Amino acid sequence: MCLAIPMKLLERDEQRGTVESGGAKRDVMLTLTPQAKTGDYVIVHAGYALEVLDEAEALRTLELFRELGEAGE
Amino acid sequence: MSDSVVTLNHGAGGETMRGFIKQLFIESFANPLLDTLADAALLNLPGTRLAFTTDSYVIKPVEFPGGNIGKLAVCGTVNDLAVMGAKPLYLSAGFILEEGLDYSRLERIVRAMAKTAREAGVEIVTGDTKVVPRGECDGIFINTAGIGVVPQGNGLSPLLVAPGDAIIVSGTMGDHGLAVLSAREGLSFQTQIESDCAPLGDLIGGVLKISPGVKWMRDPTRGGLAAVLTELSEGQPFGVLIQEAAVPVREDVKAVCELLGFDPLHLANEGKVVMVVEESAAGGVLEILKTHPLGKNAALIGQVTEGPAGVVRVQTEVGGVRRLQRPAGELLPRIC
Amino acid sequence: MSALSGYRDAENVRRIAAQIAQVELPRPVRFMEVCGGHTAAIYRFALHDLLPDAVRLVSGPGCPVCVTANDFVDRAVALAQLPDVTIATFGDLIRVPGSSRSLAEARARGADVRVFYSSADALEFAKTHPERRVIFLAIGFETTACTLAATLAAAVQSGTRNFSMLCALKTMPEALRTLFSAPGVQIDGLILPGHVTTVTGMAEFDFVPREFRIPCAVSGFEPVDLMETILMLCRQIEQKRAAVENQYTRVVRQDGNPHAQALIAKMFEPCDMPWRGFGDIPQSGLAIRKEFAAWDAAAIPVEVEPAREHPGCRCGEVLRGMIRPKDCALFGKACTPEQPRGACMVSSEGACAAVYHFAAEER
Repeated sequence: MCLAIPMKLLERDEQRGTVESGGAKRDVMLTLTPQAKTGDYVIVHAGYALEVLDEAEALRTLELFRELGEAGE
Repeated sequence: MSDSVVTLNHGAGGETMRGFIKQLFIESFANPLLDTLADAALLNLPGTRLAFTTDSYVIKPVEFPGGNIGKLAVCGTVNDLAVMGAKPLYLSAGFILEEGLDYSRLERIVRAMAKTAREAGVEIVTGDTKVVPRGECDGIFINTAGIGVVPQGNGLSPLLVAPGDAIIVSGTMGDHGLAVLSAREGLSFQTQIESDCAPLGDLIGGVLKISPGVKWMRDPTRGGLAAVLTELSEGQPFGVLIQEAAVPVREDVKAVCELLGFDPLHLANEGKVVMVVEESAAGGVLEILKTHPLGKNAALIGQVTEGPAGVVRVQTEVGGVRRLQRPAGELLPRIC
Repeated sequence: MSALSGYRDAENVRRIAAQIAQVELPRPVRFMEVCGGHTAAIYRFALHDLLPDAVRLVSGPGCPVCVTANDFVDRAVALAQLPDVTIATFGDLIRVPGSSRSLAEARARGADVRVFYSSADALEFAKTHPERRVIFLAIGFETTACTLAATLAAAVQSGTRNFSMLCALKTMPEALRTLFSAPGVQIDGLILPGHVTTVTGMAEFDFVPREFRIPCAVSGFEPVDLMETILMLCRQIEQKRAAVENQYTRVVRQDGNPHAQALIAKMFEPCDMPWRGFGDIPQSGLAIRKEFAAWDAAAIPVEVEPAREHPGCRCGEVLRGMIRPKDCALFGKACTPEQPRGACMVSSEGACAAVYHFAAEER
């Protein structure tokens, strides 16, 4: 359930914002993520931004996988 | 049919449509030429081999990024001839127009047809027009039929396809399908994606002139690459394996697919060809394709395999292997 | 997306698969995913192929379309026949067979059924078409519920009276309790739905390890996410632990999304809800609060045919992880994605449709 993908917030006003992924853009509602800032990745589901993605955390996790590889090789 | 009315699934390019065509039309009109269900019939006339095809165009919206219904009506029919190895020559055009259709829109559509026909090197030599009362059709429907000649010595045949053969696509998958979907009301996406709608006669003719290694071709329209590869392998003693990472797909097409839950391999194309090519000729065919503007993103995407028989498989970008099927009817955006 | 492409990286997946293979499991294990998005991702990326034989994945009741009872579709079809009514729906629901017909068939017979990507777009449609009575079919779990709550609140605020919702929203915890309490269910680990947990927070699921000793991990939806989640579950078993862990740390906060929770609480209240395959589960659904009854399409009087299931359909057992889709005699024969008999064959995230579309071996 709940198909949702990260898209970058390009601009926002009070309630709505424009998000982008791979060059495709769409307007989404920001009712659920009042804290989202321009430049954030937000998780988009059914036309609403559900949450703001923690980019630093995402990259930190990926770094762990890389180290996992180096340790194992 | 358990259904007692026709639904959109009957025209969506999936299993329902295939079953419906076989059970109603093929049974009623049965003859050896029709039974092959090829993109065009190949007719042996004294001294000549003709390819003959027809297609109807009912698209919403009638004008979309990268084309309109008129351009599509020429490209679609030209391409059905070209993939059978024929040189397209003459088209007919039948118009069903709805009372109230904007005249300037009709002019744009007809001009696009004329321009595309010139590019494709074909002439529209006969036609018909009917106008129906408002509400009895959706703006404009077009039917085109086309004939072309098949050069002597053309060796295209599904019977030649064998394990080891290479599978090549002439460019990115899904552009047309997504361009039309994103122009449709209710989805509200802004993209730079344009329909790839283009006549392929020149591109294909160029390959056939130089390379004898091409065995089979199709243009992946409704149902996309998945439908073409399923058609290739269905009931055959061989299988097909493609590498997902090798299939060219635009980044924005990928992104919209992720968001709406579509598979780019299910989306329609109107200016692309899928070729099955003798392994040793694959490199040469790719080279020729890439020199043509319509083939610059051509790629080798997979192989014909010994088995499993009749099955199309995809090696995913992370290494697992799964099956590829025709789409289940009408493509619907999902949120789940 | 380039910063995030590592979550789909074949090398990362291979590394984690190697780690999974090294875990010393005391016995073969079965992990259940209860999110159709996970089901779809597992099949789409063919992750089964990359796991050792001792690790098996089964699909639970996580596809909202699949667990929607027939009488909801029947009611929607009946409403679609009323004058001036437009049924607005997510694409997922349109092919789901009701007792005698689906919304797609109702549309073919003249009903106005429209697919929307967002409920917010359906509300806009209602505002620009005051002559239509727009009824939105509200299905989904917590993830979708908060978006629908926001749209409903906007409809109330703007006084849009020609917009209403027919509600069959479901919540996950009580369904899981029912599932794990049933005899004969053998599940060694639970892959928790990442986007439900994004809304609810993690504490909602603490009862699973506490009451049932089943290890849990909240998972993202990329192949690397799912593989790491499976590794986390294997390690809990190896270490004889059962806890709720979070793999999807880049999105899921411990306490979830407070704005989303507040909106759900403001517009909806918990109710008993029928689930396909489970029957009525107390407090497992959301209903529109009484004060917003003017926007509740359940109040519209309409004659609905008595619900009946297709004979032979075993969706209920599939949804409980009791049988595999191929164990059902209808699978791939009488029941295909284009002529589905049961709901699990409809949505591409339904367990049966996923196997039909993606399973690499011959059917």
